[in-house]
Amino acid sequence: MPYLLPSDVLVWLLVAAVAAYGWYCHRYAHLSVPWARVFRSPAAVASAVVLSAYLAIGLLDSLHFRPALPAKPGATEKAYSTEVLSMLDLGLAQLRGRAEKTYSAPLATRSYAKEQVELPGGKQARDFPRLRFGGAQLQDEADWAEDVARRVLAGFAVAALAFAAFAFLIRWLRRRRPEVPWNAALVAVGVLLFLAGPAFALSTHYHMLGTDKVGQDVFYLALKSIRTSLVIGTVTTLVLLPVGIGLGTMAGYFRGWVDDLIQYVYTTLNSIPGVLLIAAAVLMMQVVIERNAEWFSLAAQRADVRLLVLCAILGFTSWTGLARLLRGETLKLSQLEYIQAAHAFGVRDSHILARHILPNVSHIVIIAMVMDFSGLVLAEAVLSYVGVGVDPSTNSFGTMINAARMEMSREPVVWWALATAFTFMLALVLAANLFADAVRDGFDPRVRM
Amino acid sequence: MIESVLQVSGLKTSLDTPRGELRAVDGVDIELRKGECFALVGESGSGKSMTALSLMRLLPETGRIADGRVLLRGPDLLAGQDLLALPEAAMRAVRGRRVAMIFQEPATALNPVLTVGRQVTEVLERHTQLAGEAVRKRALELLDAVGIPDAGRRCEEYPFQLSGGLKQRVMIACALAAEPEILIADEPTTALDVTIQAQILDLLAKLQAEREMAILLITHDLGIVARMAQRVAVMYAGEIVEVAERDAFFAAPQHPYAQKLFEALPAPQKRGAELSVIAGQVPPLTAPFAGCRFVERCDLAFKRCHEELPRLIAIPADVMAGRLVRCHLREQGPAPAPRHVPPMATEGTVIAAERSPAIVSVESLKVHFPIRKGVFKRTVGQVRAVDGVSLTIRQGRTLALVGESGCGKTTAGKALLRLILPTEGRVVFAGRDLSSLSRRALRESRGAMQIIFQDPYASLNPRMRTADILAEGMRSLGVGRDEKDRARRMAQLLAQVGLPLEALQRYPHEFSGGQRQRIAIARALAVEPKLIVCDEPTSALDVSVQAQILNLLKSLQERLGIAYLFITHNISIVEYLAHEVAVMYLGRIVEHGAADEVLANPKHPYTEALLSAVPAVPAAPGVDGQREIIRLSGELPSPAQPPPGCHFHPRCPKAMSECAQAYPAAVALERGRTVSCVLYRASKAASSS
Repeated sequence: MPYLLPSDVLVWLLVAAVAAYGWYCHRYAHLSVPWARVFRSPAAVASAVVLSAYLAIGLLDSLHFRPALPAKPGATEKAYSTEVLSMLDLGLAQLRGRAEKTYSAPLATRSYAKEQVELPGGKQARDFPRLRFGGAQLQDEADWAEDVARRVLAGFAVAALAFAAFAFLIRWLRRRRPEVPWNAALVAVGVLLFLAGPAFALSTHYHMLGTDKVGQDVFYLALKSIRTSLVIGTVTTLVLLPVGIGLGTMAGYFRGWVDDLIQYVYTTLNSIPGVLLIAAAVLMMQVVIERNAEWFSLAAQRADVRLLVLCAILGFTSWTGLARLLRGETLKLSQLEYIQAAHAFGVRDSHILARHILPNVSHIVIIAMVMDFSGLVLAEAVLSYVGVGVDPSTNSFGTMINAARMEMSREPVVWWALATAFTFMLALVLAANLFADAVRDGFDPRVRM
Repeated sequence: MIESVLQVSGLKTSLDTPRGELRAVDGVDIELRKGECFALVGESGSGKSMTALSLMRLLPETGRIADGRVLLRGPDLLAGQDLLALPEAAMRAVRGRRVAMIFQEPATALNPVLTVGRQVTEVLERHTQLAGEAVRKRALELLDAVGIPDAGRRCEEYPFQLSGGLKQRVMIACALAAEPEILIADEPTTALDVTIQAQILDLLAKLQAEREMAILLITHDLGIVARMAQRVAVMYAGEIVEVAERDAFFAAPQHPYAQKLFEALPAPQKRGAELSVIAGQVPPLTAPFAGCRFVERCDLAFKRCHEELPRLIAIPADVMAGRLVRCHLREQGPAPAPRHVPPMATEGTVIAAERSPAIVSVESLKVHFPIRKGVFKRTVGQVRAVDGVSLTIRQGRTLALVGESGCGKTTAGKALLRLILPTEGRVVFAGRDLSSLSRRALRESRGAMQIIFQDPYASLNPRMRTADILAEGMRSLGVGRDEKDRARRMAQLLAQVGLPLEALQRYPHEFSGGQRQRIAIARALAVEPKLIVCDEPTSALDVSVQAQILNLLKSLQERLGIAYLFITHNISIVEYLAHEVAVMYLGRIVEHGAADEVLANPKHPYTEALLSAVPAVPAAPGVDGQREIIRLSGELPSPAQPPPGCHFHPRCPKAMSECAQAYPAAVALERGRTVSCVLYRASKAASSS
C-alpha cells in the first residue's frame, strides 16, 4: 500500500516547484540566460551530475509504502505492516536484511569482535566468528582475494557498458547543445559509474563498508542518510524563503518603523547563539511529541514529523542572513528610477514589490538558496552530534557521526562508519558548494546579459 | 618648428569580448607638441579613452595593444623612447614622472583611507629625490598651486571630507607632483558642475602655460575644446577622422561626421527648427570594414565610400597647415564654412505664454529633510533642499529649471509630482491642491503628470518587456478599456516615439541608450499626461542621440500640447527648447523670466556667472563664443546651513554689506520677469525717488 509521509509530500511538491521554475525560466530570457551561463562552467556540470546522483537516491527513498503482511486465514481485510519502506529499501533488500551481530570491517568475512565459538569437535574457543552474510558464499576463506577481484572486475565491466551507453547519449546532446562542457559531465558520470559498479557488485555478498554496532550495513546506512540530508537542505528553504524574502524586501521598501522593527527582530535573533536556540526549540518539540504519542500511528511517522519540525526550526532561525541581504538590495533598488516611475503611475505597493522588486532580487535568492544548502546539511550533522537533531531512528550522517564518537575511542578503532559518513557528506557538500559558486558567477549582476 | 613631445603612430588596441575581438583603437596617429593642449573629441565608444589608456599602458585585463609605437621625446631623449617596448618596471618610472593622467571621476580616483597629503607625498617619494620635511613642504606647495584654500589643514583631511571640485584639484596636484612633461586628462570635468568646471579648466590652462606642459585633453564637449585646445582631433569608431587647429576646425569642420556633430548641437539660433540628427549607430567594431566607417550614417556618401577605405589626407588647395581629414570628398578641396542661420525672431513668446492657460501652479513649495541624530532620532536640523519655490507651468509650454547639482531642482520636480512629500506649500493642478488629496484621489490625478528620468539604464526595469513596461501605467490608472485597446494604444505609442512594433516583445537591455529613452518617453505618454517633468533626460546621451530626443520632445509638444518642466544644467538645451527659464540656487529661484531674455541679458549675478561659465561653441566664424568668464570662488554651500541673508552673497562678485542681512525679496521687472537680488531693488528705489 503506498504511504505518504509528510516529508514525502513536501519533497515532491518541491520537485514540482523546481520543474515549474525551470519551465518559467525557459520562457524568460532574463532567467534562462544566467542559467545557461551556469551550465557553461565545467565545475558546475560535474557537480550537477554528482548532485543528481544524490537526488535520484533521495527521491527513490521518498516513495514510501507499507508492505502487505501474509494474509491470515479468515481475515477479510488485508493487513499491512507497521513498517514503512521506500522504493530504495526495496532495491537494497539485499543490504537491508543482512544484519550481522555487531561490528565487522569493510569486506570482512569474520566479525570484528571475538566470541565464544563452538569448534567442529565440540570444543569451545574464543575466536573471530565467521559472519552470517559477509562472504558467506566462500567455502574457503583463502579464496577471498580472488572472489573480491572477480566481483570488482564484473562491476567494472557493467560500469564500462553503462559508460559507453552514456557516451552515446552525450554525443547526441553535444550536437544539440554544443556550448555545454559535456566532457565534464562524461568524466563525472564515469567516476560515479566506476565507483558504483564495483560497489554494488561487492555489496551483494559482502559488507562493502563494514557494519555498525548492531550489525547494520554501513553502506546501506549511508545511502539512507542521503534523503535526510536533502530534506534538511531543501525543505528548510521552504520555511526560510517566505520569511526572509517577505521581511527583507518589506524592511528595505517601506523603511521607517517597519524597517526598524524588522531590523530589531533579526539583530536580536542573530545575537542568540544559534545552537542554543535550536536546541531549546528541539527539546520543547520533543516533549510535545512525547506527550502526544497518540497523534502518530506509526513510529516512522513520528520520526518524520520530528525531521520536518527540525527543518522548520532551522528555517526560522536562519532567515536573518537572507533578509539582511535583501533589505540592502531593496534599499538600493527602491531608489532606482523605474520604481519612482511606478510611483508616478500610482502603482500599488504590493504590485511594486511583486513586479519590480522581487524579480530584481531573485538572483540573490537563488544564490543564497544554493549556498545555504551545504550549510544546512552540515548544521544537521552538528545538531545530531550534539543530540538535538533528528530522531535516533532516522538514518542521517549526523547520527552516524554521533555513533562514531564511541567507536573512535575503541581499541582497535572502528573507523569505517565515520569515514563513510565523512566521504558521502564531503562529496555532497563539495558538489553543492562548487555548484553554488557557478550559480553565483552566472547570476552576478555585474556580468551584463 | 615646435618641438614634439609625444608621437603616436599606428596605435591599435583591441579588447576581447564575448562577441569577438573588438578593435577599439584602430590605427591612431597623434603628435603632441610641447606646451600645447591637444583635444581628442568623440562620442562614447569612439575609442578616445582607450587611446589614452593605451598610451599609459593601463588597459583593462581584456585589452591588449596589437600594434603601433608611442615615442616619448625629451631633452635627454631626442630620438624618442618607445613606451610600448619598455618593460613594465621601466614603464612605472614613466607613469607619473613623465606622463601623468587625471581621470573623470575624482570620487573613485583617490584612496579613501589615506589623507590627501599622504596621497601627494606618495607620488613625490616615488618619483623625486625629496625626503622627509622637504616632501611635506613640496606637497603643501603643490596643493597651494592647484588652488586648494587652507592647504595646511586640507593636507590632514580624507577624501570624503572634500567636495568634488577639491578632489579633482587634489588629483591634479598628484599628477603634477613629479612635474611631468605630458598630462593626459580624461574627461576631467564631466562629473563637475559648470562653475566648478570653469575653475578646473582655468587651473589646467594656467598650469599648462606656467610649466610648458603638453595636455592631451579627452572630452566629448565641443565647448570645452573651444575654450581649451590649440589643436583638435576628432575620433570616430576607433579612427581619427579629422585633425585641425582649433580656429580652423570651428570655422569649417571638414569631415561629414564633424559637420554633423556641430549641426546636432542645440543652440538658440536653431529654435523652432528641428535639430539635425545623425541617423543610425556607430558600427560594431568587431567586423572588418570595407569602406568608410561613417558611410552608413553619412548624407554625402557615394559609391566609392562603400568600397574604399579613406586615408587621412591633407586637403589640397587648403592654406591651413597641418589639417588632415579622412574623407574621399575632401580630395577635391575643402568644404565651405557652414551657413550661419541668423537668430530667429523670438518676439511674442511672453505674450503667447500669458495667453495659454496654466496647468500647474506651485506656490512656495518647500521640501525639508530632517537631520536626525542620536538614539531617539531627534531632529537636530533641516536640509532645506527646496525652500520656497513658486512656478506656473502653462499648457504646451516648456519651463526650464536650471541650476547646479545640489541646488534642489530635481527635488523640486519630484515634489511637484508628489514622489517626495513636500514639507510645505501647494501644488495646484486643475484647480485642486494636490497636497490636500487623499491617496486614492491622488492616484486619479497621477496620470496627468509624468516624469522622464536622466539615466535610461536605471529608469526601465530590466526584468520587464517593453510591452509590460508600457502597460503598467495604463493598467494602474485604468487607461484603455481592455487589454486589446491597450495593445492598440501601445502600437500607436511606439509609432509616436519612433520605435518598431517588435520592440514590444524585447527587454530593455536589447536597446541602445537613445532607444531606451524613447521607451521611457512612451511609458510617460501612455497615460496621456498634460505635464511631463523631464529630469535631465539627455545628459547621459551623446550629442547626436540628444538631438534625436530633443526633436522628439519638441514634436510631441507641438502635436499633443504637453507642457514640460525641463530640469537641466545644460544651457544650450534651454536656449533651444525652453520658453521660460527659472534659475535655482540653493533651494530658491533667483531669477525667472522668458528664456531668450534671461539668457541674453541675465540680471542676477548668479545667472550671469552660471551662463559665463558654460564653455560655448563659437556661433559664427571670427566671433569668439566665449562670454567673459565671471569666476565664482568656492562651491555651493550646504543646504543644511545656508548662508545668512542672500544665499549667494559669499560667492557673489557684486556683494554688498546689505546682502548678508536678509534674503532679498523677488522683484518684478518688465514682461513677467522676477529677480531676487538687492541690486534691482536698489535701482528700482532709486528710479522711483
